[in-house]
Amino acid sequence: MTDVAVTDVSTPRPARPDTHHTDGLPVASHASGVGTESADSVEAGERSRIVLVDPTGGRRRAGRRWHLPSEARRFLGPALLVAGWWAVTGLGLVSERSLASPVAVVDACRELLHSGDLTRGLGASLYRVGMGLAVGVAVGLVLAVVAGFFRAASDVVDSAMNFLRTIPVIALVPLIILWIGIGENAKIFLIAVGVAFPVYMNTFAAIRGVDARLVEAGQTFGLGRFGLIRHVIVPGAAPGFLVGLRWALGVAWLLLVFAEQVNTDSGIGYLLTQAQSWNRTDIIVLCLVIYGLLGLVSDGLVRLLERTLLSWRRGFDGT
Amino acid sequence: MATRLRRNVTSPAADLTPRPGHPGHPGHPPRAGATTAVLPRERDAAIPIPTSRPLPYPDTRSQADPGSAPETAVRVGGLRRVFDGHVVLDGLDLTVASGEFVALLGRSGSGKSTLLRILGGFDAQVEGEVLVARERSVVFQEARLLPWRRILPNVTLGLTGRDAGERGRAALAEVGLAGRERSWPVTLSGGEAQRVALARALVREPELLMLDEPFGALDALTRIRMHALLQRLCRRHRPAVLFVTHDVDEAILLADRVIVLTDGRFSLDVPVDVPSPRRRTDPAFDRLRTALLAELGVDDLAEGTH
Repeated sequence: MTDVAVTDVSTPRPARPDTHHTDGLPVASHASGVGTESADSVEAGERSRIVLVDPTGGRRRAGRRWHLPSEARRFLGPALLVAGWWAVTGLGLVSERSLASPVAVVDACRELLHSGDLTRGLGASLYRVGMGLAVGVAVGLVLAVVAGFFRAASDVVDSAMNFLRTIPVIALVPLIILWIGIGENAKIFLIAVGVAFPVYMNTFAAIRGVDARLVEAGQTFGLGRFGLIRHVIVPGAAPGFLVGLRWALGVAWLLLVFAEQVNTDSGIGYLLTQAQSWNRTDIIVLCLVIYGLLGLVSDGLVRLLERTLLSWRRGFDGT
Repeated sequence: MATRLRRNVTSPAADLTPRPGHPGHPGHPPRAGATTAVLPRERDAAIPIPTSRPLPYPDTRSQADPGSAPETAVRVGGLRRVFDGHVVLDGLDLTVASGEFVALLGRSGSGKSTLLRILGGFDAQVEGEVLVARERSVVFQEARLLPWRRILPNVTLGLTGRDAGERGRAALAEVGLAGRERSWPVTLSGGEAQRVALARALVREPELLMLDEPFGALDALTRIRMHALLQRLCRRHRPAVLFVTHDVDEAILLADRVIVLTDGRFSLDVPVDVPSPRRRTDPAFDRLRTALLAELGVDDLAEGTH
């Protein structure tokens, strides 16, 4: 809707004695007067005609308009993507060898489920991400709390973390292989290292951002060190931690894909490399879809966590 | 300028109702008769305060003979505070008796808040004797409620004991917020939040209640109601009150005694001899206001009075 101008044309403003009408417009009589002020006077006269607009801009809800629920809207985007994919492959714009159609992908899914490859692979991948996240989040969180709460520790820990953070995690792979080998633990380690940094950075910043006046109030009312952490620091830093967690999830899936393409015999990444050597685009696309869905589900879980942990907030939610 | 500088003088409670001792909150154990004075830092020894350092001033607890001043809630002697070579508090002496309502007036930058921070235990970089009641609470200018705790847990923050919830509820009822126990702080208006802060301070049955411009951010109408509420609560609980404000009328309306802090020194210390109920139209009120405003450097009556 556009702005609604409610300038009333039908009832002209009462003409002042010194105005006369030209083409229905009231013009100040001194507009054609003498001196350099005349032009200004006309402008002033024009400007003084107040145009009234509806400040709600037509956004008023006269009776509730029907809206797609926000949850449904979230699925609209992916649904459109799938529809486009279907259209492109179904109409033969892209050959089946370059991009499998949705139907072929569903068939591949059925085939792999039947053989058990998919379940096994999914289990292996989830285990790696789960373990890596658990270790990485724990380490990042503990370091952040220690550095955030004890000033002496922060000088040591924070500078070290900021230095290590600049090293691309993947560049650590040669060292990890030398230390831990190429087994399962190396993959978990890689994910854990990648996850720890975003959790640490965001949680540390959030702890330091907790309102000092609230800490002071807590001290006034007899909170000890543990009480402060429990009642003030941890809940105050929770929003920042959750941001770090969502970030960490993205890193975890990214590193999983990387880790599973190097020397693996299980997992979604393994299926992906196998499919490439068999020229099975349907399985490749299936793996990509699974990665996407896993990311979506894990993000949804963090959202749920946010909604329960941060229910006290009444922030800006968008219009 | 009628400057009467008084040191270590405890003025009698001017026109308040006779003190029946501590009325005692329902469910609260009766307190021992003598108010024990402790260094502000003692209770907070284990708590990291940003400026925490070893005590820079001698431990004067041994000098504090509890028998000599049994009903003293604040005792400050020769208090000095220096910020980067700039003397903010310069040799303050102050005694506040139990149940006494003292208003501390001063222009901004006069050191009022610094004094309150020292008495609250937030600033240890001081010289001189500082003794305050062990049981003390603070009401800040902003309510400072934990936004992630509902109202009742905010009131009972740091309280232990099984009856904490019950006492919290009673305190909320006292400030007229019964039924809001489960609300979130963000849903409160400024006045309501400050009432919760009052409840949080009073539920601890403080021997000393410190308020740092508590109503400064409230609108005029809410402020009037808060004045009445604070008066009622103080009559009932009888804590010693140190009320920091820059509002002369507020100080005269509420306090038994008004102290003016000018450039780090107490430049005026007067009992409020305006009969109750105090009205702004009372000549005694006006006289005192004129004197206080003059002391604060506002001589122009045309602008100074409302």
